[in-house]
Amino acid sequence: MFFTFIIVVILTAIVLVVAAMTIAKLLAPRSFNPQKGEPYECGIPTRGQSWVQFKAGYYLFAILFLMFDIETVFLFPWAVVADQVGVYALVSVGFFLVVLILGLAYAWRKGALEWK
Amino acid sequence: MFLDYYNLSPLLMQIHAFLCSVMPEWLALTLEGLVVGVFILVMYAVLAIILIYMERKVCAAFQCRIGPNRVGGKGGLLQVPADVLKILTKEIISLKHSDHFLYALAPFLVILASILTFSCLPWNKGGEILHMNIGIFFVLAASSIGVLGILLAGWSSNSKYTLIGAVRSGAMIISYELSIGLSVLTMVVMSGAMDIQTIVEGQANGWNIFKGHIPAIMAFIIYLIAGNAEANRGPFDLAEAEQELTAGYHTEYSGMHFGFFYLAEYLNLFITAGIATTLFLGGWMPLHIAGLDGLNMVMDYIPGFVWFIGKTFFIVFLLMWIRWTFPRLRIDQVLTLEWKYLMPLSLVVLLLMTVCKVFGLTF
Repeated sequence: MFFTFIIVVILTAIVLVVAAMTIAKLLAPRSFNPQKGEPYECGIPTRGQSWVQFKAGYYLFAILFLMFDIETVFLFPWAVVADQVGVYALVSVGFFLVVLILGLAYAWRKGALEWK
Repeated sequence: MFLDYYNLSPLLMQIHAFLCSVMPEWLALTLEGLVVGVFILVMYAVLAIILIYMERKVCAAFQCRIGPNRVGGKGGLLQVPADVLKILTKEIISLKHSDHFLYALAPFLVILASILTFSCLPWNKGGEILHMNIGIFFVLAASSIGVLGILLAGWSSNSKYTLIGAVRSGAMIISYELSIGLSVLTMVVMSGAMDIQTIVEGQANGWNIFKGHIPAIMAFIIYLIAGNAEANRGPFDLAEAEQELTAGYHTEYSGMHFGFFYLAEYLNLFITAGIATTLFLGGWMPLHIAGLDGLNMVMDYIPGFVWFIGKTFFIVFLLMWIRWTFPRLRIDQVLTLEWKYLMPLSLVVLLLMTVCKVFGLTF
């Protein structure tokens, strides 16, 4: 039952995009102009490619994100049973979080959280 | 129990059993799938129109303007449907230098993420489309597909504005996903379940925000801030800062192609508000005050979906209020806010909530 509906939902999303694009293509006017295909940069001709190497600052945050996102994934099963396990759950997750907070503090200290 | 008056699942079971008795099961399932699909599409379109109209009216009110008031009578009610028709008749420009496959794929991913999360919302008792025991976890997983669409859109267009808009947006969305994850986690600790219906039913005698007092209220505020950033709105819309980046990652999209990003943006606002309602404000649960039995009985007569939609629109209004009140942040301010304030704070809130739960300090 569930897998039927998840397929239905995914198909709905695809149908929405395809149907709307088809309608738009049928209704919309078409005209050819060599200028139209150029990247829009406020009317000034673009210089070179835009597929270039980019600022490393974003990359650093992506790495940090990976660490904490995986932590969140690990915490979810714990969160469901935290109430039943009691104090032991609190202590064990306390150690887990301390290690992670130390990691965050290290990144902070090293200046990884500064935007340069 | 009063709430069972509005329970949809027996009705749906009966319909399923009836369909199975008059036709083979695969045909019945196909038919149900079609109905569900059409329902999703209609809800999606109607909600988008309502939300865009509401946004234009609310922003006009905050800026002492009137807002749309010509098309379709006095209130400008037909303004948004007219805009939808207009966007359908706009030319879809094909770019010369873009990566065509990824360029066409991006709207699919954005729409897919928003429809997958949309169908997990608990509209009523027994009234959600995708029901699973890891519901809220699935919502988090599905919602992070959206950022892929945004990054692809920006990268594949081969324009400088879109590239900068996409990486800014990507960095911001993945950063704020952590705070969202941790505040959701706080509420999972509070309710001891990931199933969305169980979370809602656990709030029968008091919504989580009252039961969990201080940590729940803090998690609610963190969730609203991070959810606002996730929906690419409000003071966090630097990815599409008009003055510097034209329209950010979807600058190169035109006509209906752009419309998908616009649609997904508004629906993501609704989904963010809907998940906040589910986790903190009791989903479709009526307002119950312990000791006032008369009031509780009257509240029980209001159907669940009215409660859900009412609360969700209340939070949507809050988010619009934030958007039209605060000035836009810079990228370094956005990342500082998340990594140096919200993220440590949400870890502390999570620990606080665990302490409250383990020692029985919640109501």
